Amino acid sequence: MFYREAGDFNTSYPEDSQTFPIKFDRWRYYAVLFVAIFVIPFLINDYWVNSIFLPFLIYSIAAIGLNILVGYCGQVSLGTGGFMAVGAYACYKLMTSFPDLSMVVHVLLAGGITAGVGVLFGLPSLRIKGFYLAVATLAAQFFLVWLFNRVPWFYNYSASGQISAPERTFLGVNITGSNTDAWATYLFCLFFVILSAYIARNLTRGSVGRKWMAIRDMDIAAEIIGVNPLRAKLTAFAVSSFFVGISGALFFSVYLGAVEVGEAFGITKSFLVLFMIIIGGLGSIFGSFAGAAFLVLLPVALKIIGVDWLGWPTDIVAHLQLVVVGALIIIFLIAEPHGLAQLWRVAKEKLRLWPFPH
Amino acid sequence: MPEQLAFTIEVFLNGLMAGVLYALVALGFVLIYKASGIFNYAQGVMALFAALTLVGIMEGQVPFAHLINAILGTDVHHFGWHVPAFLAIGLTMVVMIVLAYLVQRFVFRYLVGQEPIILFMATIGLAYFMEGVGDLMWGSEIKTLDVGLPQGINIAIDETTYGWFGYGFFIDNLDIVAAIIAILLVTGLVLFAQYTKQGRAMRAVADDHQAALSVGVSLNFIWILVWSLAGFVALVAGIMWGAKSGVQFSLSLIALKALPVLMLGGFTSIPGAIVGGLIIGVGEKLFEFLIGAPFLGGATENWFAYMLALIFLVFRPQGLFGEKIIERV
Amino acid sequence: MRVTDMTTEYTTADGRRIGGTVMEMKNITLRFGGVEAIKNISFDIREGEIRAIIGPNGAGKSSMLNVISGFYVPQDGEVWYKGAPRPPMKPFEVAQQGIARTFQNIALFEGMSVLDNVMTGRLTHMKTGLFAQSIWKGKAEQEETENREVAERIIDFLEIQAIRKTPVARLPYGLKKRVELARALAAEPTILLLDEPMAGMNVEEKEDMSRFILDVNDEFGTTIALIEHDMGVVMDLSDRVVVMDYGKKIGDGTPDEVRNNQDVIDAYLGVSHD
Repeated sequence: MFYREAGDFNTSYPEDSQTFPIKFDRWRYYAVLFVAIFVIPFLINDYWVNSIFLPFLIYSIAAIGLNILVGYCGQVSLGTGGFMAVGAYACYKLMTSFPDLSMVVHVLLAGGITAGVGVLFGLPSLRIKGFYLAVATLAAQFFLVWLFNRVPWFYNYSASGQISAPERTFLGVNITGSNTDAWATYLFCLFFVILSAYIARNLTRGSVGRKWMAIRDMDIAAEIIGVNPLRAKLTAFAVSSFFVGISGALFFSVYLGAVEVGEAFGITKSFLVLFMIIIGGLGSIFGSFAGAAFLVLLPVALKIIGVDWLGWPTDIVAHLQLVVVGALIIIFLIAEPHGLAQLWRVAKEKLRLWPFPH
Repeated sequence: MPEQLAFTIEVFLNGLMAGVLYALVALGFVLIYKASGIFNYAQGVMALFAALTLVGIMEGQVPFAHLINAILGTDVHHFGWHVPAFLAIGLTMVVMIVLAYLVQRFVFRYLVGQEPIILFMATIGLAYFMEGVGDLMWGSEIKTLDVGLPQGINIAIDETTYGWFGYGFFIDNLDIVAAIIAILLVTGLVLFAQYTKQGRAMRAVADDHQAALSVGVSLNFIWILVWSLAGFVALVAGIMWGAKSGVQFSLSLIALKALPVLMLGGFTSIPGAIVGGLIIGVGEKLFEFLIGAPFLGGATENWFAYMLALIFLVFRPQGLFGEKIIERV
Repeated sequence: MRVTDMTTEYTTADGRRIGGTVMEMKNITLRFGGVEAIKNISFDIREGEIRAIIGPNGAGKSSMLNVISGFYVPQDGEVWYKGAPRPPMKPFEVAQQGIARTFQNIALFEGMSVLDNVMTGRLTHMKTGLFAQSIWKGKAEQEETENREVAERIIDFLEIQAIRKTPVARLPYGLKKRVELARALAAEPTILLLDEPMAGMNVEEKEDMSRFILDVNDEFGTTIALIEHDMGVVMDLSDRVVVMDYGKKIGDGTPDEVRNNQDVIDAYLGVSHD
């Protein structure tokens, strides 16, 4: 009763294959978009933006990217941190070399460069499969971090070895540097989130997405029905890295402002994003958002409960967080391999039939 | 003899020592993978956990002291006794066996028959979980581990080589001991797998779960056995590494060192793990010494092993000793 | 009258038109290590016919099909397709040339719905690039709709409309086989290869499947090459039959000819070696 589709008919194929075929879903989606664009910017302050909204939005992009590779195409990557670093350093080099270009262009180009690097490291995927590939992507992780650490050209020979984002504006408003407004950085990131989700959704519902999923489900059969496996895998690496690169660029320029590569883009970052899509749901765009939200909110919640309410030392809470995250990963893999997204689908199914059980 | 060559030989020998330890960690992976198809990313954290537990027991630390203090407002930290090393090692082994049981009982029993990649991701979760538990139990500060292994440079080698080359080789006593222990352990494990009843059962399970079941092998027992063995290997590796550079988080990263070894040697081959370990140990030290440090700014050990394994795999996807993969429809 | 002698078009008793040779296997030999799975086999497939390859287990039938679909590369011999020798190519290139197949052990994409599985059969016909697809509106959506129409026609034809949106992992065996046929048909192939389409089916399901095979051939004029070890069904279904045993061809001709071939009878019923 909460949720009905009776009398809601799709009369053409395009209508049937739209993102939200049920009218109620569609309206809820518009409502969320409306709130995100026109309500939240007026309500938030620096604390909310820096501890919740920016990490959530930026990790969502990374999670969408990784989900395309892992959830849709079935190629597990542990190199997300390294690819985010490529996005960040590409963005930094572009920002400092071409100060007059728009920030949007910088971020998109950084994504494009990361896509190229992703394709390069995706090349072995034709020969190497399963967790051999997962381990092989660690090569990208370690090599890229080392590269940005050791080659001074990438950090413009700065003494500290760090990179820090110069002040840049978009439409006359500061979005990087030290004098930024909460709403401006929020909206800037939101723009890329919406763009990423839109592109990812379109790609995954069409023929490209079917090629990826065919490779994921049974690569030999996919090849025999006419999917070029190398091309399918490489497009997945490219698209995935494009999003991951965008998120790395935003993570550096808008969110942190200054980064040290090993610290910000180490292997823990790769795992964090992987955990997001496992908990959120492999092969689901919504799941990418859910997982990112969950793992951004979890430490905040644990800190509030552990440190602020119970008065425990912060290091105990940090250790407890490892335990909780590890346990959650195992629980989700055992009980619900399709993650929060599947729980949401089941709940919707229940609501659709409520109050009748069948 | 030119000095450069003597240096190179020294680096080579040190690489060989490191390689033996890599092989040891890799062996833990191979054991679990062969018997259960699980690629155990948590192997490194198990070594860390074992070393933490060993130090904790030897020092008489109260487990979960920080947590207890935080909840109850008490101030407990040590029992006030010291346990001798050999007894502590025995107790730690008991803990590792209990851990093996718990892992099998609460995690992998529910994941039997899942895709390998799902199992792999579960072990990443397990690694996080165990790291957190280890820190909560014993605290996360750096600890020194002293179980009476010899330390320092081996004087005899130093003097002998000085007599030969006019240049003394610096080789750690600890590395030599570690290499000997690793060789003994590897031999022991191979003999165990080849000549004991449990070893045969283990190989049977590795070959075919259902066939093993049908001739009366208890899968559950074998899996606990295998995880215990892996725990044992982790304990030994933890002692070696812990004695060398202290017990701290970075100890768990030896798993990351062992991964390329496995890719090179093949996940299912014990000789592969050994040869792969040696190749990578020697390779990364020599590369750093001859190319990395002089031309690339150093610290190439971080990625060299992975790149080597990656390039190697592209040309031989089944690894050094793995069987050729024949794809069927 | 010996049909195999004819090189020109002819019409069968039930009024189907059989054209000239569309594919020809010339002296194919396939070895795995020391084992010769296929020994110097030649036969042809003619346009519009139903061509069966039969033989006992281990005769090399599946290997033959894998050679046709490009999955195995024979050590000797040539595959001629549409009057020219086929250069060495990858399986996906073979598929793009218009050869679709089903598999003995069902090879559906378990994580996708029936409709998506059938749509994967259309992949060789869908050409829009990555950029157009990310925008969706316009070219990509139009292409999707056109191909959806074809897929839906096949779904109607095979009577699986009701399970269109069901994940294939939930379907029973017989329906999975039918979905796999739908996926292969959706490619609108020149030659359709069926690998034991009736394996593991009961009599009723076999009859259904036979009907669909005949209907496909009749309605779309698709050339069909199929493998079976169940002789009864095959003899009723096919225009011409190749019989294999231990990697060798022991018979080739109409079902009647094959039925009366002494070698074939020996292979199937056994022969005393004294």
